[in-house]
Amino acid sequence: MSTQDDKAKEVSADGAAGPIILFFILGLAASLVLGWVIFPKLLYSQKKQPIDFNHVLHVEAVDEGCESCHFFREDGSFSGVPKLAQCVECHGDVQGENPNEIKFVNDYVANGREVPWLVYARQPDCVFFSHAAHVKKAEMECSTCHEHIGESEHSRVYEENRITGYSRDIWGKNISGLKSNTWDRMKMDDCAECHATKEIKTDVETLPWPLNWAPLPYEKQTGNQASIKTVKEACFVCHK
Amino acid sequence: MKVGRRSFLSFIIGGAAGTAITPLPWKLMDDASIWSQNWPWTPVPPDGEYSYVNSVCTLCPGGCGISVRKVDDRVVKIEGMKGYPVNAGGICVLGLSGHQLLYSPTRVKSPLKRVGKRGEGKWEKISWDEAISEVAKKLSEIRSKGESHSVGSIVNADSGTIPNLFKRFLTAYGSPNFMTMPSMQDSYKMTLQLMQGVNAQAGFDAENADFILSFGSGIIDGWGSPVRMFKANSTWKANGKKVVQIEPRLSNTAAKSDKWIPIKPGTEAALALGLANVIITNSQHSQKISQSSGFESFKKLVQNEYSTDKVSQITGIDSASIVSLAKTFASASKPLAICGRGQGSTPGSLNEFMAVHALNALVGNINEQGGVWAVPEVDYIKWPEVNLDETATNGVQKERVDGAGSEYPHAKSLLNRLAEVVNSGDGSLEALFVTGANPLYSMPDSKAMKKAFDSIPFVVSFSSYMDETASNSDLILPNHVCLERYEDVPTTAGLQKNIIGLTRPVVKPQFSTKNVGDTIMLIAKALGGSIAEAFPWDSYEACLKETLGAKWDVLVENGFWSDSNSKTVSGEFNFYPKAMESLSNFSPVSLEGSTASYPLVLIPYDSIRLANGYIGDPPFVIKAVEDTVLNGKAACVEVNPKTGKELGLTEGRYASLHTPRGKAKVKVHLYEGIMPGIIALPRGLGHTAYDKYLAGKGCNFNELIGPAEDPVSGLDAAWGIRARLTKV
Ligand code: SF4
Repeated sequence: MSTQDDKAKEVSADGAAGPIILFFILGLAASLVLGWVIFPKLLYSQKKQPIDFNHVLHVEAVDEGCESCHFFREDGSFSGVPKLAQCVECHGDVQGENPNEIKFVNDYVANGREVPWLVYARQPDCVFFSHAAHVKKAEMECSTCHEHIGESEHSRVYEENRITGYSRDIWGKNISGLKSNTWDRMKMDDCAECHATKEIKTDVETLPWPLNWAPLPYEKQTGNQASIKTVKEACFVCHK
Repeated sequence: MKVGRRSFLSFIIGGAAGTAITPLPWKLMDDASIWSQNWPWTPVPPDGEYSYVNSVCTLCPGGCGISVRKVDDRVVKIEGMKGYPVNAGGICVLGLSGHQLLYSPTRVKSPLKRVGKRGEGKWEKISWDEAISEVAKKLSEIRSKGESHSVGSIVNADSGTIPNLFKRFLTAYGSPNFMTMPSMQDSYKMTLQLMQGVNAQAGFDAENADFILSFGSGIIDGWGSPVRMFKANSTWKANGKKVVQIEPRLSNTAAKSDKWIPIKPGTEAALALGLANVIITNSQHSQKISQSSGFESFKKLVQNEYSTDKVSQITGIDSASIVSLAKTFASASKPLAICGRGQGSTPGSLNEFMAVHALNALVGNINEQGGVWAVPEVDYIKWPEVNLDETATNGVQKERVDGAGSEYPHAKSLLNRLAEVVNSGDGSLEALFVTGANPLYSMPDSKAMKKAFDSIPFVVSFSSYMDETASNSDLILPNHVCLERYEDVPTTAGLQKNIIGLTRPVVKPQFSTKNVGDTIMLIAKALGGSIAEAFPWDSYEACLKETLGAKWDVLVENGFWSDSNSKTVSGEFNFYPKAMESLSNFSPVSLEGSTASYPLVLIPYDSIRLANGYIGDPPFVIKAVEDTVLNGKAACVEVNPKTGKELGLTEGRYASLHTPRGKAKVKVHLYEGIMPGIIALPRGLGHTAYDKYLAGKGCNFNELIGPAEDPVSGLDAAWGIRARLTKV
């Protein structure tokens, strides 16, 4: 009896190996498609900007590049996305035939209504970020974080994370979280990446131990790596 | 092909394996965590009307202006007050945690009377009327026995209306025993008195100095008015001014200085005189000052006794460094030398202060821009003379229990002597008031202090918190905390200008507490007679308004009053007061303990993250203490790796630390920033009282050290103690 059973098992095992591998591969493939293709589509809702904005056109028309519209206020704070009042300086009336401009003037300028721009780079409420410190003091380019947005002719679709409500730009376009440019992601790690490599110079001179003590000079390390993060009021510099 | 159970399972396994190599689980995890932070039921403090109230912080002697942000009647944030002449918008970690003290579980919520044994922690809540009459009854009894001089008080400072109300109370009652918590200000005051013949505070025009020579002063570790010094240090850095730090340990200040010169501890005075010698020999001293009295004797002293080679031997600093330091110091256009170790919470050796002051005088910076100024106290408390009855007249003429004014004629208060005097039976007190101070924690040899307290039959604490002293008292009459009360804050911590700040109620009192000014007046009134008459005001607020007169409106409007023209007083400079004669044969303040049983030397160090005065660290601040200072529940003792090797001690292991005064279990932190043979322990840990965030963490340095009386001032000059460190 037992021998027969064993044989039967062997047979069936042999016979089932094919489908098992096949189903494994099927499962694998299905999940890969789900994780890499369907999941991102489900996770983010797609929103269109109220007006399709052409940066190229505007950069050509102004004198001071980005800072013409995205400027620093007198107190050093950053103006961010322009308010209607600024736009009105030029767009009091319709100037051309661009349907976007006509819509802008008729819907917003005429009614004195602010444009509800969707801000791609908006950070959560708890984050305190100073543009002045980065742009003025550290002399960073806008594009380091905001890519070459000045070269865009159309506003891209704004994608909102359905779970967190944050813009997709924070996690980055690449769902795997990998990036190839500095502006691809805006999570804390990305801030830290730069902060960890920037060096703060420490120049403490020391003398050797006093004569009658065993001499053991203490050299303070120069180039304290993590210091930008912790040098001032630690966490509260960036986190409110 | 049959789709069986196995195929299904393998599909699932394949799916699971696949999922793991897609971003799905990882991304979901990240999103879920963000989502969970935004749950509607996650506690978010209620919103309300935002407002700011300006006040002055009293958590340390710094006297910073603060802007307190409120949401409705709740304090949510404390910031430095912009434009305040002390801190100009800055704040320290203790100040910004002040609201945790306001809402702290360790607050005394109503008057308490001890019912168990002292220190047992058994209390009975009583009403304010009962509390006042209890104190009055006791004091009447003592007075009627003609023992009024045996009542004393320990107060945080001696300027401002609150300390003066206590002083007035004791005078009217008939006792000379008004004692204050000691600090380096006492030594500075005495130095100014002896060398300049003036009664003034030392103020430092730090911001305008361009070469700062610090004899162990923790410029960024809480010395002087801490935030102001932080700012001054940043200004020096930004403008390329130089800071040279002389101390045996690589403190934060030393690490941020331009040059750190390790010195054999206790020999700072010799270095100062050695530098003076080089300056005089090279004729780099101010010619005007060399006309001063005593200059020739001083010159003789430094030339005969403090030659560079000798000083090099005493201090352990090589001769070339001494000479070059003296030259650079004297050739700077605005050199400034400062002293007072760490935060300056111990007075230190008078010789050291005089030597450093002489150095300043040599480079001609006394009362000059960027130098040391003799700043007279603002003279705004002008109360009518107290009418003393017979008991009071007799009482105030008695000798003080601490020997200040008699044994030590220059001293005003010598709290460091109290424990010894009381414990040895040379003096006694029948009753003691303590306000704004926690002597059972912060005086050296705190165990002896506790023993002395145990022999005082009636101890009244006015503390807002259940601190070590309050928990060992008989009666607690809790004061409002600084965010709830009015108080004038004349800032004295090394400022070169006269500033009075106004602490004012930011929120209404949270508990049944009273401003200590009101409490002391109520006690006086309950005692009646000439004592009650000495306090003609209806309330403390009325007293404060009347005292400040025209300044009151300015204070309410701006939050501070400052003297428009800076005042200094100058007397004739004396380079060689009699007190300096002992320097003709240099011997450092001797260390307690024998070398044989205690081969190491233990020194304390201060950190801006460790409050070690009346206030202990609130939870925010204790969290900010590094684990090389406090590791788990153990304080870390800093040991040079070489010493560690000799003793067989490795990083992070427990060791037992013994000194002639006490012992503690500590953890070893091997640190190359401490000299071999010397070990260092932080001050501010080892509380037994306060809340669970603070109590039981680390050990109290003051339990390990005893006071050392300065032969001239009588103040505590101890800077360390001999110690032994063994494996456990
Ligand atoms: S330095 Fe002193 S006075 Fe100033 S904020 Fe800090 S604790 Fe308050």
